[in-house]
Amino acid sequence: MSNKNLVVSDLKVHFGGGKKILPGKKPTVHAVDGVSFTIPAGKTFGVVGESGSGKTTTALAIMRLVDITAGTVTLGDTEISALEKDELRAARSRFQIIFQDPYSSLDPRKRAGEIVRQPLDLMSIGTPAERAEAVSELFTQVGLRPEQQHLFPHQFSGGQRQRIGLARALSTRPDLIVCDEPVSALDVAIQAQILNLMSNLQQELGLTYLFISHDLGVVQHICDEIAVMYLGQIVEQADRVTLFKNPKHPYTKALLEAVPTVHNNKRNRSERVRLVGDPPSPINLPKACRFASRCPRAEARCHQEIPPLEENEAGHKVACFFSH
Amino acid sequence: MPTDATQPLLSVKDLVVDFKTRAGNARVLDHVSLELSAGKILGIVGESGCGKSMTALSIMGLVPNPPGKITSGSISLDGKELTGLDEETLCDIRGSEIGMIFQEPMTSLNPVFTVGEQIAESVRVHENASAQAAMSRAVEMLKAVDIPEPDIRARAYPHQLSGGMRQRVMIAMALACRPRLLIADEPTTALDATVQAQIFDLLQELQQETGTAIVLITHDMGAIAELADDVAVMYAGRIVEKGPVSDVLSRPCHPYTQGLITCVPHLVPDPPLQREALREIPGMVPALTNLGSGCAFEPRCEKAFAKCKTAKPELIQIADSQLGACWAPGSDNT
Repeated sequence: MSNKNLVVSDLKVHFGGGKKILPGKKPTVHAVDGVSFTIPAGKTFGVVGESGSGKTTTALAIMRLVDITAGTVTLGDTEISALEKDELRAARSRFQIIFQDPYSSLDPRKRAGEIVRQPLDLMSIGTPAERAEAVSELFTQVGLRPEQQHLFPHQFSGGQRQRIGLARALSTRPDLIVCDEPVSALDVAIQAQILNLMSNLQQELGLTYLFISHDLGVVQHICDEIAVMYLGQIVEQADRVTLFKNPKHPYTKALLEAVPTVHNNKRNRSERVRLVGDPPSPINLPKACRFASRCPRAEARCHQEIPPLEENEAGHKVACFFSH
Repeated sequence: MPTDATQPLLSVKDLVVDFKTRAGNARVLDHVSLELSAGKILGIVGESGCGKSMTALSIMGLVPNPPGKITSGSISLDGKELTGLDEETLCDIRGSEIGMIFQEPMTSLNPVFTVGEQIAESVRVHENASAQAAMSRAVEMLKAVDIPEPDIRARAYPHQLSGGMRQRVMIAMALACRPRLLIADEPTTALDATVQAQIFDLLQELQQETGTAIVLITHDMGAIAELADDVAVMYAGRIVEKGPVSDVLSRPCHPYTQGLITCVPHLVPDPPLQREALREIPGMVPALTNLGSGCAFEPRCEKAFAKCKTAKPELIQIADSQLGACWAPGSDNT
């Protein structure tokens, strides 16, 4: 077995910049600004953060669906970030994605079977007869009936559509599946079905997942290691037990406290710390801690220096001056 | 406004709403009864299609007709019957006595008017205020919902505000005429957890200050636990369990409520090393056009037995103030 780890190193994705017709430079949006992590094969790596934190852009950059400004992405021995054209297309069979919205991510004019079959056709995997068989197998694998191939997406419920999306991603037998909020558009009862299906498939096929979500409960359940992103950077990263038991970064703490749970009741909500305001714009970023403007613990130093992401315990990285 | 202390502010009795569809008659609400006293928060939970939003629309008199129709039942606000009122009277009530917050703040705000104008509109319409007075009320409301620099923000268009700010604007709009009842239909579903927490805090603060009663519609049991006093769990157009939040969450009697609580991975401060598979509610919501004569939840219920297939359980008293519609109600080790 060859090495199938995903290694992301100092990934940057900036939008805009360059000259425009009127005087002055177009503003640059620092969507992802120096993100590094490694996902061991067969594991699930979670990325959490608020909207605008860069988690989806990270996913798209790894999928090569947005242009990478700097940094490298390597899957096993292949440097994904260096591939171009035909090579890239051929390599795409090894990394696939499932999207958040099961309604808009399936072509309404194609039958379900054709949607699942399309990656196989595009990448010329197997003979046509083998492809048909593979599609039937995939349908069974994700809990649909093979005869449902002949239906159109609108004839399926949200949960079933997400299963089709999953079958499409699995069709090329990828090593890595990027899951961008795969269950957040689904009803709670259906969420559990999809999450269980994803864990079972992972065990069966040895899949590696990059799991993007804003739902910390889901992330805690499904991920092995979790990175918390804020304004394009990772502010804390640890395994699932450590991160929730011993969060170090004030932003992680605030995120955890914001989640409503059935164990809380009306009386003890008021005692918790609350984040105020919205994240600053990713255009004019301060040359300091990016969280300082909303941080309850911020001191003068936080507004002047950038706290590095440092490992202060085995496997637990934090970017905060007060984490020790 | 004098309110009889013993009488609930909002009372919905045996409400039945039918929709004509190509597949036949769909009973989207089947004998729904709810009471809400002034100053309380009532949560309604359930999956999509269970009728929770339709309950809200019925109270607002916004059931699309045709194809929908309130077949029977009554909705009364402070003793005044709302069903069967003409459109003009309903328009007076909407906005002034009942406010509503919708799920998606971006699509429910008008992109071509400033948020100040949109808040002021309801004040002008309902209170015959001058444009100037209405605008200053709008600024006051923006301040009440904690928007920084309210006099500048009042001149902003919706696209210039963040999602959380837009939802605050929606709340300001809904509360501008000081309604006695506020209906919040999934007010935070489109928002981040941290912003959601801010909006919850805001709703609770405003509710304590003004004594507005709130109907909170959500699919998140966590939100119910944090905000609501009472909760009604809906499934396929019926209420299957109803009672005080603390009772229902700690001793859910209906298998559907139990499923809703256990199928969500709850955030715990000390996660176990070994992960167990989530408990699923198998299958999916049935079509409302042919529900049959038994319990609508029967095909998905692991405790179902013969009687569940043939007879519909009524909503009956299970404990002190807890009601459930199940032939085998019982608390589970949740």
